[in-house]
Amino acid sequence: MKRMTKKMFSAGLVTVTAASMLAGCGGGSATDNGKEGGSAAKPFEGKKLTVVTANHPWGEAIKPLIPEFEKETGMKVDVQSYFEDQLTQKLTVQFTSGSATPDVFMYRPLQEGKQFAKNGFVQPLDEYVKKDPNYNFDDFSKSAIGSTTVDGKLTGIPVITEQEILYYRKDLLQQAGIAVPKTIDELVAAVKKLHDPSKEIYGFVARGQQSPLVTQVSSFLYSEGGDFIKDDKATVNTPEAIKAFSTYGSLLKDYGPPGVMNMAWTQAMGIFAQGKAAFYTDASAIYNNATDPSKSKVADKVGFAVFPAGAAGAKPYNITSWGLAMNAKAANKDAAWAFMQWATSKDIVMKTQEKGNTGARASIWNTEEGVKGLPAELVNVIKESSKIGVDHDRPVLINVGEARDIVGGIVLKAMLGEDVKAQAEKANKDLQALIDKEKGK
Amino acid sequence: MGYNWFDRNLKWIYTMPALLFVLLMMVFPILYTGRISFYEWSMSATEPPRWVGLENYKALLTDGRFWHAVGATFTFTAGALFFQAILGIAIAMLLNRTFRGQNLVKTLFLLPMVATPVAMGLVWMLIYEPTIGAANQMLKFFGLDPLLWLGSPNQVLPSLIIIDVWEWTPMIALIIMAGLSTLPNDPYEAADVDGATAWQKFRHITLPLLRPTIVVALLLRLIDVLKTYDIIYATTQGGPNFASETLNLYGYVLGFQYFKMGPASTLLVLFFLLVMALTLALIWVRKKVEA
Repeated sequence: MKRMTKKMFSAGLVTVTAASMLAGCGGGSATDNGKEGGSAAKPFEGKKLTVVTANHPWGEAIKPLIPEFEKETGMKVDVQSYFEDQLTQKLTVQFTSGSATPDVFMYRPLQEGKQFAKNGFVQPLDEYVKKDPNYNFDDFSKSAIGSTTVDGKLTGIPVITEQEILYYRKDLLQQAGIAVPKTIDELVAAVKKLHDPSKEIYGFVARGQQSPLVTQVSSFLYSEGGDFIKDDKATVNTPEAIKAFSTYGSLLKDYGPPGVMNMAWTQAMGIFAQGKAAFYTDASAIYNNATDPSKSKVADKVGFAVFPAGAAGAKPYNITSWGLAMNAKAANKDAAWAFMQWATSKDIVMKTQEKGNTGARASIWNTEEGVKGLPAELVNVIKESSKIGVDHDRPVLINVGEARDIVGGIVLKAMLGEDVKAQAEKANKDLQALIDKEKGK
Repeated sequence: MGYNWFDRNLKWIYTMPALLFVLLMMVFPILYTGRISFYEWSMSATEPPRWVGLENYKALLTDGRFWHAVGATFTFTAGALFFQAILGIAIAMLLNRTFRGQNLVKTLFLLPMVATPVAMGLVWMLIYEPTIGAANQMLKFFGLDPLLWLGSPNQVLPSLIIIDVWEWTPMIALIIMAGLSTLPNDPYEAADVDGATAWQKFRHITLPLLRPTIVVALLLRLIDVLKTYDIIYATTQGGPNFASETLNLYGYVLGFQYFKMGPASTLLVLFFLLVMALTLALIWVRKKVEA
């Protein structure tokens, strides 16, 4: 009896092995057919793909288009969405445990890119983007690709680009006879003039939470001629940096709404959309919250301007805030790439950009359809900012989280009215230690 | 043969599922955390953990931010427990009388406890918003100066304590109401005969008889308050200026924002010892009280 079971078992094993080998061959030839014929029907018939997106308008825009892709390729695409922080945590835990899913995922190149690449979580894509000439990868903006490139390797495809811009209240500026500020000095002067707490109008609002504010103070830093790091040396204690951090901090301390130190973009934008602030600097990507009448009391009074110039000119960041990347352990990389290529193809970028998702393909920005989903004034500001933009908005390190807290701490001292210079010296040492540690490995 | 074997090992078989669960889901993670606390590891799949001995412990014990977190944890815990105990007992006494709609009031009263903490955190954030929130509108209505609430390093812990008190006082009240219903009647009748006032009855009969119940309620809350994470993360993420960064939050930041699994585990081990020490101390107090 026992022997019989054993026999049956090995027979079964042989059958299964043979079947899977056959399936393997079958799969291989199907892919080849797909490549040669191009239109050869359904190259990925029966394949299943897991895609993870953030709770982001891009995810909402791509979901309704997926059935079409499934029909073309025969693939089954399972989409899951998570909140930003939850997404990072989920991806990190899954990749650390060596999971083959998700195959394709949305990520923040400047936040997680370097860490994911260093840990071997993401598949380099340099070969893939060259496969199909019709994909036209050169169409993507250079600084956007710069954001998704780690140590010379392409680790993701840019999906959303954003720039820091100046939001302002057209009506308030008009009433006071103030022109739209072109320099940071003009901005400070205008903020002072429009600040009127007795009427609950604050001159300026922006992010005041330690870590979130770092990206928004970055454009102040570049425009004054500074940066977080230069040639592996921390540079957050230079006179330019201290000037930038002090300006940002005191704008919020003296002319910001109360409680600004607990504000990330949602709260800061909330204050602006409630009509309580005259100026606001933040990413272009969230403009919709200011101009959508269902979310904003001042929807028809919002103006957009290029970030004002400092001592070194106007240098807003122009970065890839969200990219699409492939799991290095994905079971079927050709299928995963097929999805990525489709999702970032010219046709689909056109369709997602029509819904307000600011993509990275230059050709789309130059078409009328590509920009019709956006306010005309904003389109000009974005085009202008893309030309002068800097390709990072935070210290580019593996441990971005800690670096952000270190830099944010300097601005916090400015907001508390404490010694900015002393904190900058201390922060510079901490940041340098962090850089050295990462270089040492 | 099968039956006999089963019979003889009955005690093992029946306890096995519970034992396995505890081993897998509790003992193993604690031991694993203890192990990682001696390593340096960034959750990398390509770089294995590196043995650093007691380095993580040394670094953490000399880290100002760690001690600040210890302070914040204790301030928050002490504040929350103090008000929850007083309000919890008062509310339990109040609801213990019979009145119309008693059950309805009791049910409504439990709502904060069953609501999702993160969602409530977001609601409280709106309430506390200094410019447009309800809290300052109310202060203004009473002619008081508006506060910064979560937006000020000095006011953030009291503001968070208010949220925790709002959310968890019902639990203390619930346990104490259960305790009240078991109290004997005779001492009260005797006190009535002796002409004791209501306050005397409360002070000299109810409180002493309730003491064991109160200690249990406080013990349960203590463990929970020390570990509070959800409302703090949802409202301030430890800010401003780290003012509301408790040990639990700092542990999360070290692990999932800085990806320093070693120091994060070290912190959790120290935190685990701390919670255990406090719990043992309270159990000891309880034994004293009951003796």
